[in-house]
Amino acid sequence: MSLVRPIATLLAGALAAGMLAAAPAAAQAPADPPRGGTMNIIISPEPPTLMLGINQTTPAAIVGGKIYESLLRYDFDLKPMPGLAKSWTVSPDGLTYTFKLQEGVKWHDGTPFTADDVVFSTKTYLTAVHPRSRPIFQRAEEITAPDPLTVVFKLKGPFAPFIMAWEPSTAPIVPKHIYEGTDFRTNPANNKPIGTGPFKLKEWVRGSHIHFVRNDDYWQKGKPYLDAIYYRVLPDASARVVAMETGQTHLSAFADIETFEVPRLKALPNLEMTTKGYEYLAQIVWLDFNLRNKPFDDRRFRQAVYHAIDRNFLRDRIWFGLGKPATGPIHSSIPHYDANVPKYPFDPKKAEALLDEMGLKRGADGVRARITLDQLPYGDVYIRAGEYIRQALGRIGVQVNLRSADVATWGDRVRNWDYDMTLQVLSQLGHPALGVSRLYVSSNIRKGVLFSNVNGYSNPRIDELFDKAAVAVDPAEAQKMYTEIQKILVEDVPVAWLLELDFPTFIDKRFGNVVTSAIGVRDGFADVFMRR
Amino acid sequence: MERLEFIAQRVLKGIVVLVGIVVLNFLLIRLAPGDPAAVMAGEAGASDELFLQQLRAQFGLDRPLLEQLWAYVANILSFDFGFSYRQQRPVVDLLAERLPPTLLLTGTAFVLSLVAGVTLGVMAARRAGRWSDSAITVVALFFYATPLFWVGLMGVLLFSVTLGWLPAFGMASVGVKLTGFAYLADVGRHLVLPALTLTLFHMAVYARMTRASMLEVRDLDFVRTARAKGVDEGSILRRHVLRNAILPVVTIAGMKAGYLLGGSIVVETVFAWPGIGRLAYEAVLQRDYNVLLGVFLVTSALVIAVNLATDVIYSLVDPRIELGA
Repeated sequence: MSLVRPIATLLAGALAAGMLAAAPAAAQAPADPPRGGTMNIIISPEPPTLMLGINQTTPAAIVGGKIYESLLRYDFDLKPMPGLAKSWTVSPDGLTYTFKLQEGVKWHDGTPFTADDVVFSTKTYLTAVHPRSRPIFQRAEEITAPDPLTVVFKLKGPFAPFIMAWEPSTAPIVPKHIYEGTDFRTNPANNKPIGTGPFKLKEWVRGSHIHFVRNDDYWQKGKPYLDAIYYRVLPDASARVVAMETGQTHLSAFADIETFEVPRLKALPNLEMTTKGYEYLAQIVWLDFNLRNKPFDDRRFRQAVYHAIDRNFLRDRIWFGLGKPATGPIHSSIPHYDANVPKYPFDPKKAEALLDEMGLKRGADGVRARITLDQLPYGDVYIRAGEYIRQALGRIGVQVNLRSADVATWGDRVRNWDYDMTLQVLSQLGHPALGVSRLYVSSNIRKGVLFSNVNGYSNPRIDELFDKAAVAVDPAEAQKMYTEIQKILVEDVPVAWLLELDFPTFIDKRFGNVVTSAIGVRDGFADVFMRR
Repeated sequence: MERLEFIAQRVLKGIVVLVGIVVLNFLLIRLAPGDPAAVMAGEAGASDELFLQQLRAQFGLDRPLLEQLWAYVANILSFDFGFSYRQQRPVVDLLAERLPPTLLLTGTAFVLSLVAGVTLGVMAARRAGRWSDSAITVVALFFYATPLFWVGLMGVLLFSVTLGWLPAFGMASVGVKLTGFAYLADVGRHLVLPALTLTLFHMAVYARMTRASMLEVRDLDFVRTARAKGVDEGSILRRHVLRNAILPVVTIAGMKAGYLLGGSIVVETVFAWPGIGRLAYEAVLQRDYNVLLGVFLVTSALVIAVNLATDVIYSLVDPRIELGA
């Protein structure tokens, strides 16, 4: 660290001397950022709770990420960086993970943070309440704390993605002295969260705002730079645009700003836009087919649908350039992505030929098949995407009936397999074994469970490859298997992968160092500062 | 005495109605697909059977429906509104936080719209057929026909973005500690746009109603008699015409008062007003049963109270109307 600072100072000097006019103001971060300042941030919808162990919605992760920390952070290339762990080693057999913890870390109530907290969090707490981290930490044979600053995980078998599980909404470290022996879900501390993070909860006025103040005892000396953060609950999309336009709020992220407003906000002089900081989540939106229903059981039909959808149109006209066409099941920012797979260019003629080959001929009314598309109730952009898909499939003689519902109803239909087709979007969580395999392996076909393998795809070869790839110690060996997986899946088209989504993060230019890791605005904000 | 007896009777009836509402709402909510456990599992971006089971057991959703209903009614009768597992708070706390902002907003809008609406209606009726009457009618029609959220957004564009006079959202300035008069003034400034948005729509209704009703009463025999007696025009208008013309307005206002509580959802959303309408809307989407039932119960009680008040006001405005159960 000591070397980095003088170099940064030099660079900053060079910038100031010669390149100031050319460089955008926001690109420079001073070597020694000023203390002070208050940041107002849009949050929508309001998080139900800030306790990341029992709620992992995006708003909860954004706000709770200021309070709770995990052992590691990840840079934009998903390389681990120190978090609560100062350093870490993985044994050559891939079975033992040893984390050395930072010194002088205190919980918000003043109690020292130790390795026991990490053992309690992973062994007892998360495996009890957290559906996503339960299967990860159940892979541990033994979790021990040989000394107060060391934690050792002995796994039952190798699991390379284990190193990717250490971000705050997957593995929040919670205080043992507060949670041990209590009912985790109703512990009053869920409302008065105690973490190790750079900010402390001061006040939460439901429906209005959440007020954070600087944690003066934060373990990174001199940080955080900001005095306070206010999360403003703004449920209306137009109000959010106004808030950013007028400078009343300084940061928006994810879907806060509707895609059609993005070009206009991008042009404003007081704001800068970045799409960085979503690499860990890596969301792909796809068209899910219920393979139990005809004609989706025929691979040619799925391929025809894939050929009939112009993904560039979706990107340019529906998402206003925010994203890029997906090539397969794995997002290009996630390890083991391979672009060398069969391609499905926009080609309605080929789509029609495939349907003809199947024997799905156009009837007297020009219709080959009638199917239903369940609209994904996550906002206007998905509704518009659904409308485009109806048009696109209409052109090849497939008549689409759109069915709308609220989130709870949609979830109920999908998890109980009561659908033909629906759009879906999900995070890949830093590794295919954490966020991708769950959608395609047949052991995860579980009726009544959302985000399992709901479409019923079953292929013994895929099951075998995913199982083996997850436990492979050698990355090159794993890559070979993931490449084969991607080839087979793209050939089979169990679902049609449409876009890798880019989310627009708008930052008021008065603030710097806002997006510094692969979890972007969900990170702790210890480095964020306000320019004088 | 008669009036007190009437009120007592109506309160008793109101309680019976409330119990009916609770039972009906409880069963209606369960008809919606999905439950809070499934919604929360969905939000986790991952779920398994164990997670769903844990949540259902915690929410008591694993017990038979009638048992759940009985437990809920028994709790309500002892003034226990239950717990929102989703928000980790007792429902009564959530209601206590969110009801006052709504009452402030809708109460202000109610009084303003009634005063402004009746005044405009009277003015229009007096000048019936002249250009000022037409102007009032056109303006009223405009605000009656325009969606609330659009009026609100235009208000924000003009007064917040372009002129910078008024805050665009929230109920008070965040990040400054204000007390006493300064705090009230701050809330007042935040109240202007949302209250005005709600007011304009309802004002239009009252204005049109008052005008029509005034015109009807204006030509009745007793007014002509009063005029023949030589009573001056001002007091004819006040004592003879308006007093008789106002009854239908009172009826509508009574109904609207209940509607205002629910109808403020849009305005609360546009202006990020931390009221009960938004609480209810979010509870519906999240299937947060206890919160939703709590909101229904409180708003039903308010509507019943307003209806009772309306009936009493009838008898005050027109002594010929007898209060009777």
